[in-house]
Amino acid sequence: MIQEKLHEEIHNYPTAKLSVEHVCKDFITNNGSVVRALDDVSLTINEGEFVCFVGPSGCGKSTLLNIIAGLEKPDSGMALIDGTPITGPGRDRMMMFQEHALFPWLDVIGNVMFGLKQKPNLNDKERLEVAKYYLYLVKMDRFAHANIHELSGGMRQRVALARSLAPNPKILLMDEPFSALDAMTRERLYGDIQDVWEKRRKTIIFVTHNVREAVCLGSRVILFSPHPGRVREKFTVNLPRPRNINNHDLADLSQEITSALKGYTAAESD
Amino acid sequence: MKRVLITIIFFLLLILVWAALTGDLAFMGIDIALWSPYVLPPPSTVGQYLWDNTLNGKIPLSMLITLRRLLIGYAIGLIIGVPLGMLAARFRSVNDTLGMLALGLQALPSVCWVPLACIWFGQTEAALLFVVIMGTLWSVLLSTQNGMKNVPPIYARAARTMGSTPLHTLVFVTLPASAPFVVSGMKQGWAFAWRSLMAAEIYVSVVSGFGIGQYLHYGRELQRMYQVIGVMFIIILVGLLADKILFSPVESWLHRRWGTGKE
Ligand SMILES: Nc1ncnc2c1ncn2[C@@H]1O[C@H](COP(=O)(O)OP(=O)(O)O)[C@@H](O)[C@H]1O
Ligand SMILES: [Mg+2]
Repeated sequence: MIQEKLHEEIHNYPTAKLSVEHVCKDFITNNGSVVRALDDVSLTINEGEFVCFVGPSGCGKSTLLNIIAGLEKPDSGMALIDGTPITGPGRDRMMMFQEHALFPWLDVIGNVMFGLKQKPNLNDKERLEVAKYYLYLVKMDRFAHANIHELSGGMRQRVALARSLAPNPKILLMDEPFSALDAMTRERLYGDIQDVWEKRRKTIIFVTHNVREAVCLGSRVILFSPHPGRVREKFTVNLPRPRNINNHDLADLSQEITSALKGYTAAESD
Repeated sequence: MKRVLITIIFFLLLILVWAALTGDLAFMGIDIALWSPYVLPPPSTVGQYLWDNTLNGKIPLSMLITLRRLLIGYAIGLIIGVPLGMLAARFRSVNDTLGMLALGLQALPSVCWVPLACIWFGQTEAALLFVVIMGTLWSVLLSTQNGMKNVPPIYARAARTMGSTPLHTLVFVTLPASAPFVVSGMKQGWAFAWRSLMAAEIYVSVVSGFGIGQYLHYGRELQRMYQVIGVMFIIILVGLLADKILFSPVESWLHRRWGTGKE
């Protein structure tokens, strides 16, 4: 009986369709001037799609992610999940941040359990089983009882990934999760995150300012430009998976996107 | 190891100079007693005083009385100060009112409360406790507030995305996240409590028990500088032990595990 429930919990892959409709968002800076972080941004992201947002810093990528997460409200327009407007944070969307944001007073499994504990339909024993499964999925099961300060940066982001996956959200939001890591660690994580996506089929939005990273991971790459933050261009990436960041075709496509990006930033400064 | 050695040698030298200047080394032919023993007693007399009064139980008994006052006053200071500090961190209106009051009163050396305490409570235990609480409360409040403000906002955001309600976030995220800072505040509060109690015991003599500070006071009255210096040593020792054994290890353990910097 318990086994069946767990099986269902683990082998059920909910995904969702996300739409962003005419979202605008202004911020008032410390010196009183208004910054237009998002200017009439509209997007549709399909069930189970892996989408990357790329753009130089300050083009509103984090702001848009925060709006989708429900941490921030748009000034106008709205974000919808399966047609329902987003009004606040919810278990159907989990967010992973650039800094790991793991709780250092809990051990690894305690962190993965944190979000699970808010999930009403499971008992503690089942939650523990689920947590262990996700730690296994990110190859951190051997470190279940380690303390956070004992882990390397890459291991911390793996745990953070497990923590975001554990409540079985429909959408996974990742805000530059690997940008603080060294290149070697990052490459390994590219493989792992693709693997997780193959297995769990979540809708994933992955923010980065690294074009190559975006092409390596995304089925689609959406290009943003700053001042004001806008969607400039969308690319579909049809390369076979699992992709290696050093692949030739991948490098070519990255090159193409990078020149597009340079075009906008050059036009900006004119 | 070398550094420890240097420290030990430094203190031995200091005692040696003290001994030489007060006639303790006369047996070695060094007899340059600059002051009479009434002004600066030699280390041997101070040592004798401490030894005798520890054996006859006077010092241990007064320590017991003093520590009891310290613990009660400190506990009350914490019980009031920590929650108020949290409120001040969370609500701007509390910060602008209570926070300001704390800022002002913290600048006041707690010995300044002695005259009022004596008028309000007479020569009683309550007067002593009042001075200790006034000395502890404000610094605990301010450092707790500061601690809560130091909690990285990303923790609360992460918790909210995982479905934590504001109350759940406060109890299970913000509170534990602020632990290292709160302990730093408790450590500072303890130092203030100790100083306040000594001030209070020196100025307020109560019949309900002779604390260690009162021995210092009577040392002065009776012109026994060896007693005054002996008690000063005890006061230093208690302050140091609490800091080094009780607070600092916990504090640095928390800061390391929480990754909140601070060596
Ligand atoms: N809380 C805030 N207050 C003021 N300005 C902000 C705030 N958050 C973001 N901004 C501004 O909005 C713009 C977009 O920021 P952000 O979404 O963080 O960009 P990105 O993640 O693409 O680097 C930037 O110019 C930034 O300075
Ligand atoms: Mg950003």
